[in-house]
Amino acid sequence: MDEKIRRRERLDRGIKVRTEGIYAISSWRGIAYMSLPTVAFVLGLLIIPLAVTSMAWQKIIIIACIFAFLALSFDFLAHFVGIVCLGGAFFTGVGGYISGLLNSAFGLPLVITIPIATIGGAVICTLFLLPCLPMRGIYFAIVSLMYPLLFARVIQALNIFGGTDGLPGLATFPNIWVELYLILPLILLLTFGLRRLVNEDFGMVLRAIKDNDQAVKASNINITWFKMKAVFLAAAIGCFSGAYLAHLYGWVGLSLFALDFSIFPIAATVVGGVGTLVGPVIGALILTLFSEMLREFGPLRVVFYSLILAGLVILNTGGLVPYLQRKYHQFERWTEI
Amino acid sequence: MNIFIFGLVNSVILALIASGFALVYGVSRLANFAHGALYILVGFATWLFLNRLGINYIGSIFLSIVIVSIIGGAIYRFFLIRVKGMPASEIIASLSIGIAIMELFRWRGFIGEAYMLPPFVTGSVSIAGVMIDWQRLIIIGIGLAMMLSLWLFTHHTKVGLSLRAIAQDKRASMMSGIDPDRTAVIGLAMGSALAGVAAVVILPLGSITVETGYMVLTDAIAVCIIGGLGSWMGVLAGAFLLGFSQILATAFIGPHWQMVVVLLFIILTLILKPSGLLGRQKELEERV
Amino acid sequence: MNKDVILQVKGVSKSFGGVKAINHVSFDLLKGQILGIIGPNGSGKTTLVNLITGFVKADSGLIFSEGKKLIGLPPYKIAGLGIVRTFQIPRPYHSLSAMKNLVVPLYSSRIVRTIGGKLGDRDTVALDILEEVGFERDAHIPYKHASAFPEGFLKRLELARCLALRPHVIIMDELFSGLSVSEITAMIPIIEKLQMNGMTLIMVEHRVRELFQLAHRVMVMNFGEKIAEDVPDEIIKSEIVKQAYMGVT
Repeated sequence: MDEKIRRRERLDRGIKVRTEGIYAISSWRGIAYMSLPTVAFVLGLLIIPLAVTSMAWQKIIIIACIFAFLALSFDFLAHFVGIVCLGGAFFTGVGGYISGLLNSAFGLPLVITIPIATIGGAVICTLFLLPCLPMRGIYFAIVSLMYPLLFARVIQALNIFGGTDGLPGLATFPNIWVELYLILPLILLLTFGLRRLVNEDFGMVLRAIKDNDQAVKASNINITWFKMKAVFLAAAIGCFSGAYLAHLYGWVGLSLFALDFSIFPIAATVVGGVGTLVGPVIGALILTLFSEMLREFGPLRVVFYSLILAGLVILNTGGLVPYLQRKYHQFERWTEI
Repeated sequence: MNIFIFGLVNSVILALIASGFALVYGVSRLANFAHGALYILVGFATWLFLNRLGINYIGSIFLSIVIVSIIGGAIYRFFLIRVKGMPASEIIASLSIGIAIMELFRWRGFIGEAYMLPPFVTGSVSIAGVMIDWQRLIIIGIGLAMMLSLWLFTHHTKVGLSLRAIAQDKRASMMSGIDPDRTAVIGLAMGSALAGVAAVVILPLGSITVETGYMVLTDAIAVCIIGGLGSWMGVLAGAFLLGFSQILATAFIGPHWQMVVVLLFIILTLILKPSGLLGRQKELEERV
Repeated sequence: MNKDVILQVKGVSKSFGGVKAINHVSFDLLKGQILGIIGPNGSGKTTLVNLITGFVKADSGLIFSEGKKLIGLPPYKIAGLGIVRTFQIPRPYHSLSAMKNLVVPLYSSRIVRTIGGKLGDRDTVALDILEEVGFERDAHIPYKHASAFPEGFLKRLELARCLALRPHVIIMDELFSGLSVSEITAMIPIIEKLQMNGMTLIMVEHRVRELFQLAHRVMVMNFGEKIAEDVPDEIIKSEIVKQAYMGVT
């Protein structure tokens, strides 16, 4: 036959094959190849604030970190436990308000209010979401979406906790460097910690629950209890973000329950790569960057990133991190059949 | 008596708002988070036709409902159909589209008191000693008419029956030759139309704001959770329960307690009967 | 109560909507026995399994095991009592390797309770159990993702999942279905060995010939009712059973 059919094939790079398993440490090049992504990620994250000129941009980085936390929380629940949580705003709101109230009403310093808000907020959020756990996933999604909207309305209507005006004058961090270098290592800790957790036995059970919960039940495991623990973890992460935010601006208000905190993390996860845990962090950074650049457009940026989110979800693209992984580990070429 | 009448009005309003959402969920198991957006889309479209294009009121209403129904169906046909079956993606996709639409209006400056739709009939009338405006009575009338025609439609027309069939048992319907995708498109179009009808009768009571969109979504979901997703009677039951409770709370405790009532009822429902009053949501346990 | 009876089912019924799936079924399961359950399609065999293991709640009747009432308990608690089941269509945890699939039941409270948590490395125990059901340790097989295995291996994985819980009773829901004759022949020694070590088994099967080699007693179901219970030789001769399968001529 004269016709030559060509097709693209994708192969592992030579260096990837050479660094399989124990052979990773067989050469300096191999070690560099394997460790480069992780090192780049860690160093990059730690160095970014130093490379940026103005304090405004540093504040933006901190905001990006807050969203990164929420994105990690979402990705963890969605990909490893199979729970789609649309309640990021619920966590930030509860966490923020608890921390703010403790600080404002009792004068407790933020080193105490933030941890209390994290754990206490997580307890409260988990309790509210508990009844949804045995039900089909869509229920959890709907209810978690609703709670922040409802809580905000209730606070507004009853004019409690500061009502529409919120609670001003809260304690803030000593200076910007504390703000930055408290949260950045935490992000790294959380990213790698979660990654470790999902590969431990506990994480195996969670992933099994996502895969086939009937079999897990038949294996003498109380699914609701495990899901609750997972939700607690995710809620704690979210509540921490809310508390941190409260003391970042020294103010809590209804905006802590804004839908933004629910949607943005999802967008960040989809952009960065669902299930990679690193992806959501990077996605959060990227999206916050774009969001800032589009600041003049006002509500239009919400339009932009919800359309982007819709588009990405509908087209079911992989995300940035999987794409980069493919490029890094594999190469493509044309071959003839 | 006051309470009865206003409770009735409130309940019918909630039922109208929730019916579009419930229809779409019942037919295609899709939680359409763009419901609120479609609601205000009809509102703004009607306003535009009325005020910018000078079309008469009835014409504007008709036109905007038809157009938004087509838009609703198109949203399913071109976008949501691709994430069919993945509940997470469905929710995220419909929510994003909804938010995009609503925020688009906000960006274009559709804010403020200026955007109002005139009531069908102005003035009020006294019924059993209670002063009530005509528009609210019309709402009750249209609401009941809507329920009735929906019932007739889904029980006596071919398209309506196919909607019910798909809702009850997708596979069996497919074997009878009913196309689930086409039905879903029709379902979403009808859901949008219902949202539109609700919008045009209810919006004249106040003004059209972007916040209304979010509130409508929350209310619709609340009614469906309390009444039970997937059950028609549930929607009515939930609407009436919520509607009357809100009015009772307003009358006896305070006007701001409406939202608290909603939250309380949702929590109560989740604790006592998570699948809703008349819900047919099977608990995970029963899926074998 | 007879000390040898490890499971008692008394007058259990279940309806789904208007359909009576199980109609007053009773039987006793003796310790160390293999009880086979056969019957035409739709006779309610799987529903019975679901009733016993808690996946479906019975409308009426009693189910006891060693003094404990089973009706009303959720599935995970029944598994915690040592009564485990396989699923007719094996669905392993696709995203995990075969070995990690087994780590899940080893994480259960029953194992922690029984051994006091001193199981050591769950991975090692998992490999041991896999070896028992025929997954060769050395050939990297246990590390393969569960989605890569053929049906025979998946059925064995189901069995391994049960064994990991150190059960008293294993209910096998059509373990042999979908397997080739050679695969079945390979599994029979495993089952025999289990029984010889004191395990009690209920085997719901369509492959009657292979079942009759293994079972001590066989129960026949039709239209949700128990129509016969006897030793295999008698069941083969029974007219009632023939009519159930072939229909009335």
